[in-house]
Amino acid sequence: MIKVKCFGVAREIIKSDYFELNRSDLSVKELRSALYESHPEFSMIKGFMIAVNQEYATDEMAITANDEVAIIPPVSGG
Amino acid sequence: MEVKSIKISDTPLSIDDAYQFVQDVSCGGNCLFVGTVRNKNKGKTVTHLNFETYEPMALKEMDKIADQCLEKFEVKKIAIHHRSGHVGLKEIAVVIAVSSPHRADGFMACQYAIDTLKETVPIWKKEHLEDGSYWVGARP
Repeated sequence: MIKVKCFGVAREIIKSDYFELNRSDLSVKELRSALYESHPEFSMIKGFMIAVNQEYATDEMAITANDEVAIIPPVSGG
Repeated sequence: MEVKSIKISDTPLSIDDAYQFVQDVSCGGNCLFVGTVRNKNKGKTVTHLNFETYEPMALKEMDKIADQCLEKFEVKKIAIHHRSGHVGLKEIAVVIAVSSPHRADGFMACQYAIDTLKETVPIWKKEHLEDGSYWVGARP
């Protein structure tokens, strides 16, 4: 099971502050596709990054069950 | 000696805390940027903002910005303080303070810090208007 933290507009799309995926490992790119498939509303926003263990991740990176994973929609601090 | 002060707070920020932190006997210039909540955006009336943060990652990204400022510019100390939660009109959303021997590097570091923060730090602003609310920058 991979647990994905959700913030901002992503939290509102998922309707929860986390999303659980019944997989033991997958790539960031696969996670991205899974999210677009389960929640088509993601195509309505400007896109999102994925963070793995509190660092921005590239599409090729592998995610496993012990990683801390988060959806990072466009940031707007300041 | 501590040269970085990085903080996310759900209570009002103090400009003086940031200023006192960066002051140094070797520095003749102290540059502060204070971001506050304005009452209009794109012609709409804003009532308040709400900041959501991914706090541990946001603190890490703010710390990286501070390190970059210390490396790229001739600055001695830097403070980056950001609010979370409900922030009303005229209240402070962010304070960046930099001390430097001479002013030019202070101005550059301060600008670099706020510009980079807006691009990389996982903090999200929900703007509340008289007639609704929306996540800033989320939709095309």
